[in-house]
Amino acid sequence: MSIIYFDNAATSWPKPPEVHAAMQKYLKKIGANPGRSGHRLSVEAARIIFDTREKLVQLFNVDDPLQIVMTKNATEALNIAILGLLKPGDHVITSSMEHNSAMRPLRAMEHRGVNLTVITCDQDGLIDPVKVSAAIQENTKAIFVTHASNVTGTVMPVADIGRIARKHALVFCVDAAQTAGCCPIDVKEMNIDLLAFTGHKSLFGPSGTGGLYIREGLEKRIEPLCVGGTGSRSESEEQPDFMPDRYEAGTPNTVGIAGLQAGVDFVLSEGVDQINSREEELVKTFMEGIKGLAGVTLYGQTDTHKRTPVVSFNIAGMDPAAVALELDERFKIMARSGIHCAPSAHKTIGTYPQGTVRFSFSYFNTQEQIAKAIDAIRKISRRKK
Amino acid sequence: MKDKKSYDVILFKAVSYALKAEKILKKENLPHKLIPVPKHISSDCGICLMVHLDMKDQVLTALQDKVDIENVRPLTE
Repeated sequence: MSIIYFDNAATSWPKPPEVHAAMQKYLKKIGANPGRSGHRLSVEAARIIFDTREKLVQLFNVDDPLQIVMTKNATEALNIAILGLLKPGDHVITSSMEHNSAMRPLRAMEHRGVNLTVITCDQDGLIDPVKVSAAIQENTKAIFVTHASNVTGTVMPVADIGRIARKHALVFCVDAAQTAGCCPIDVKEMNIDLLAFTGHKSLFGPSGTGGLYIREGLEKRIEPLCVGGTGSRSESEEQPDFMPDRYEAGTPNTVGIAGLQAGVDFVLSEGVDQINSREEELVKTFMEGIKGLAGVTLYGQTDTHKRTPVVSFNIAGMDPAAVALELDERFKIMARSGIHCAPSAHKTIGTYPQGTVRFSFSYFNTQEQIAKAIDAIRKISRRKK
Repeated sequence: MKDKKSYDVILFKAVSYALKAEKILKKENLPHKLIPVPKHISSDCGICLMVHLDMKDQVLTALQDKVDIENVRPLTE
């Protein structure tokens, strides 16, 4: 019995073979520090990073590759956005479905005098844009919202919220950790000013990669969190004020970014729409397969079109951790249980503090694996009865 | 490169800007070469684009409004 990996919302695995090859190629043949020297290997390394930005802008419909800041993950990107933008006295709006990657920096800023409104989402985890509009005050500076919940897979109406943000001239920041690569993202159409994404989930890069898109000009309002060497303006002891160097101090994760580039290439060549529809089929089969089982509760929207390939469920009378352990030990199915770093989301859907069992699929999962998983859950739930 | 005097170098804020310019010039088929910034110009450790004087205007037009240029200097001292 081979391992079935259903924890892709934590990090995707396996990665396309091209990702391994690109990382090996960098380590074996390039190796140099990008943008720090004028020799060909250094330029080659810098090219890897530039080309990665170029592919990302293609994916998100951004005009200028230099508006993409490379970070180590979505958390770092959100920290730059939140800590760099907000000042004491500002008001900011977010949703109750946020991951701690956004919620903790927002709470930290609350302690520093930022006024935070958390919009309570419905039981399926969906935010009501009308409530967002109603929460806007005179000193509201920004709206931070996740594109999709990592707990329920609920895709938020970001285009609607983007219109509201634009109308009120607010900064609109979207956390695309769960959606970049598996849901269409168009920063222009959605009026997104800041897009935080991770490289190691649906973009199929290795961990340690991610980024932040910053709308042109907005960098003037966002302080960097980390300053230091950039390879540019070396004669100056002050941090450069231009993109993306302003936010990219220190030697970057070039080997990781080389892998990310291959991952993004994979996504672009397969097509987000195709990835999205194949994953939706997996979710549909899975939800159909377990919804009738005795004691099984499914969370989130029933319309699979409005969710990412993330499905949270519980089996009555069973601790989610025990279910996950049994799935692993008896069936070699890798799932995640608990709170998934999103306590507020679990409070919203009524699963706090026990949490849920979460299955998260990727483009590489198969219908056969789904069938095995349904069978496994049937066995566990039956025994429990 | 026979006559160094016939060349200028275009300087950028950072390597990524030079690479962005390089891509544009490649697309437009305008001859250019990425070289380390000559020492007499800057102690910075970056790269710059070398272009023939005959091509300079065309190159600068191609890059206008697309890439921030720091400076344009003769290749030789």
